[in-house]
Amino acid sequence: MSTQQRILLLFAHPASQRSRANARLAREVRELPGLTFHDLYEAYPDFDVDVEREQELLAAHDLVVVQHPLFWYSTPALVKEWEDLVLQHGWAYGTDGTALQGKRWLTAITTGGGPEGYREEGIHRHTLRQFLAPLEQTALLCGMEYLPPFVVQRTHALSDDELSAHAAEYRRLLEALRDGSLDDERLRAASYLNELLDGEVS
Amino acid sequence: MHGEAVFFQAFIYLLAAVISVPISKRLGFGSVLGYLVAGVAIGPFCLRLVGDEGQDVLHFAEFGVVMMLFVVGLELQPSLLWRMRGPILGLGGLQVGVTAAVVTGIGLGLGLEWRPALAIGLILALSSTAIVLQTLDEKGLLKTEAGQSSFSVLLFQDIAVIPIIALLPLLASGHGASGDGHGAHGGHDAGHGPSFVEQLPGWGHALVVLGAIALVILAGRYLVRPLFRIVAGTQLREVFTCAALLLVIGIALLMTKVGLSPALGTFLAGVMLASSEYRHELEAEIEPFKGLMLGLFFISVGASIDFALIAEKPGLIAALTVVLVVVKLLVLFVLSRRFGMGLDQGLLFSFALAQSGEFCFVLFSHAAQHGVLEAGVSSPLVAVVALSMALTPLLMLLNERVIQPRFGTKEVVEREADDMHERNPVIIAGFGRFGHVVGRLLSANGVRCTVLDTDSDQVDLLRRLGLEVYYGDASRADLLHAAGADEAELLIVAVDSVEKTSAIVECAQHHFPNLRILARAEGRLHAYELLDAGVEHVYRETLDTSLTLGVDALKLLGFSAHQVQRSARAFRRHDEASLRELAGLRHDRQSYICRARERIRLVEEQLRQDFEGSDRREDRAWDVSSLSRDEGLGAAPTKT
Repeated sequence: MSTQQRILLLFAHPASQRSRANARLAREVRELPGLTFHDLYEAYPDFDVDVEREQELLAAHDLVVVQHPLFWYSTPALVKEWEDLVLQHGWAYGTDGTALQGKRWLTAITTGGGPEGYREEGIHRHTLRQFLAPLEQTALLCGMEYLPPFVVQRTHALSDDELSAHAAEYRRLLEALRDGSLDDERLRAASYLNELLDGEVS
Repeated sequence: MHGEAVFFQAFIYLLAAVISVPISKRLGFGSVLGYLVAGVAIGPFCLRLVGDEGQDVLHFAEFGVVMMLFVVGLELQPSLLWRMRGPILGLGGLQVGVTAAVVTGIGLGLGLEWRPALAIGLILALSSTAIVLQTLDEKGLLKTEAGQSSFSVLLFQDIAVIPIIALLPLLASGHGASGDGHGAHGGHDAGHGPSFVEQLPGWGHALVVLGAIALVILAGRYLVRPLFRIVAGTQLREVFTCAALLLVIGIALLMTKVGLSPALGTFLAGVMLASSEYRHELEAEIEPFKGLMLGLFFISVGASIDFALIAEKPGLIAALTVVLVVVKLLVLFVLSRRFGMGLDQGLLFSFALAQSGEFCFVLFSHAAQHGVLEAGVSSPLVAVVALSMALTPLLMLLNERVIQPRFGTKEVVEREADDMHERNPVIIAGFGRFGHVVGRLLSANGVRCTVLDTDSDQVDLLRRLGLEVYYGDASRADLLHAAGADEAELLIVAVDSVEKTSAIVECAQHHFPNLRILARAEGRLHAYELLDAGVEHVYRETLDTSLTLGVDALKLLGFSAHQVQRSARAFRRHDEASLRELAGLRHDRQSYICRARERIRLVEEQLRQDFEGSDRREDRAWDVSSLSRDEGLGAAPTKT
């Protein structure tokens, strides 16, 4: 790919000062060149999402990364509010809603529990991809390409070193996505973005 | 003295200071050296503008040290002082003891008899509180480990002066005029009459001394505060200044009468008042006097250096000065390592205290009067002391520029959690119905605030409720300074008078550009003024309450709570935007009215649309009409 992808990172954590994993990931990438870091809870502490501003931001970027912890198998409440208000009919979807066509959507989440719970026979009885289906379908309805999500799991048990390793992976993946250096075939075939790290990205 | 002569003297001293100190500061030598050089310049051996009365001025100006210790005491809570007892007694005791022993030994080696040698040892072991504290404070080093240790040692020396004074007459070697009753008592203050306690037996003396200390402590605790409350109630600043000076001078007199160091007495009084609401106000009142007196003191030290004597025996004086400084330096350095200081802190500590101090002048004349020392011995030593004091700024500079960069380890100086110069990040001016809500919210979130209020009754009440509030007018730069404005981040102006707010804002912007200001505005016009003045964060005092009332009114009328809430927030946003836009236009009446009317119309229109099915973008999210028109997507997942 010739030009760089402009990345908009929507960060959503209602108590980021208490977050360990999410804050660590955010710190790793927030100064990345070509990336706009946007802390939703900091911008809209009273949930008064500025729709115009958000739509302008979306229009000005190619890849939207939504980074948050998994709360009750879904996003923190402000992300939902943001979707409800910003992804308007006639703008994001519908006959005239073409503003997001061709852009890409990446969900980056952390979960406290380990991957063994997110299986049909596990405690949560569904896979992560199944829980994320509403986000995937939202992106698709808006004409966006939904990338396999980036996940960091078992965050409560991770050591600082392990967490730093995940943060470095996250950074390398976002850089690769920005520079267009990931193979599209492998990208579409993967269930989670984390799988792409071996080989392609050095 | 004739009036005109006094003015001429004052003129000379002030002029010398005003010329010399800024130059010295600019060259990086600090103010103390500037004063000393000014003193030398106007002294009898250079321009001859001051003569022998320089000595009298010196004794008078020593009162600056008394004030300095009062101010230092104000910043030291009693509990903190108690925690410092280890370093004060251990480090201070060893410093005085070891240095005195070494100097005595050298004296014996030079052929002195043991009694004068011991007297010299004890006297020269003392350092200069004035020079050390002033220099460390100026360099911002008081709060470091070395600074705190220096302070501990100086405090011990202050206490040690009392037994040394008592001891000196006992060291008289028979000849001389002992017992004439013309001794200079009370540490810093020479020239007073004999203190009445001299006639008392030993136990009586001790009783009187203890009684005086108890009096200072009790008065500081129970008497001074209600007194200051009454004085502050008059709202006359100069009366408060009078009261503050009266307190310091009164204690100094009392201490002198019972034969104690006045500096120690005022220090104790300061400590007793450290937790009172008048702490910052007192500090601001005494500070300028202290500064002037100390400056005068340093100048007179410079003027009193006896260059004739030095010219007579340059080799001897130079050698003695070097020996004195080197001995003190080595003893201090060994002690600093013993007491666990790092190399950098140890060096700073040693170089800071490696001189003899202003006590020595008094003690030498005391010793001479009691026939302990002959003039032939004591006068070169007085010159040595003065020289060692003058050398201190240079020595500290040498340490800072040459020694530390080469041998220092660049340790990170760790700040103790609650050192004596603790500063809060937020200052709140005005703690009435507006400010106290702000303060309570901040403190509930663990943010420490320094609160100032001018209503002494209110301050008293709030203190009874357990809040840390100080009496003082925040529109005064000196008071803001005393409250820690140099190091604070935010200044919250919550006073209820429009004029006062402007005065505080103006003062803070001028003197403390580091502060970010959040100001309470009475209404729209006041908000315009504050915006004009460059205040970024302006809060109209009734806006939020009015909106809350409006929201409740609409809810009572049956409107949806969420909708009304959003409408109020939108109203607020528009109103803030219009406030900022109109602030620029208000001087042009025609365009102001024109634009204001348009603004009002616009806001009302938008809010109305909000309720009536709405054209605003964010409301389309909850509006299904456009969806049902779009047949292709009649069954969109989220909007059914």
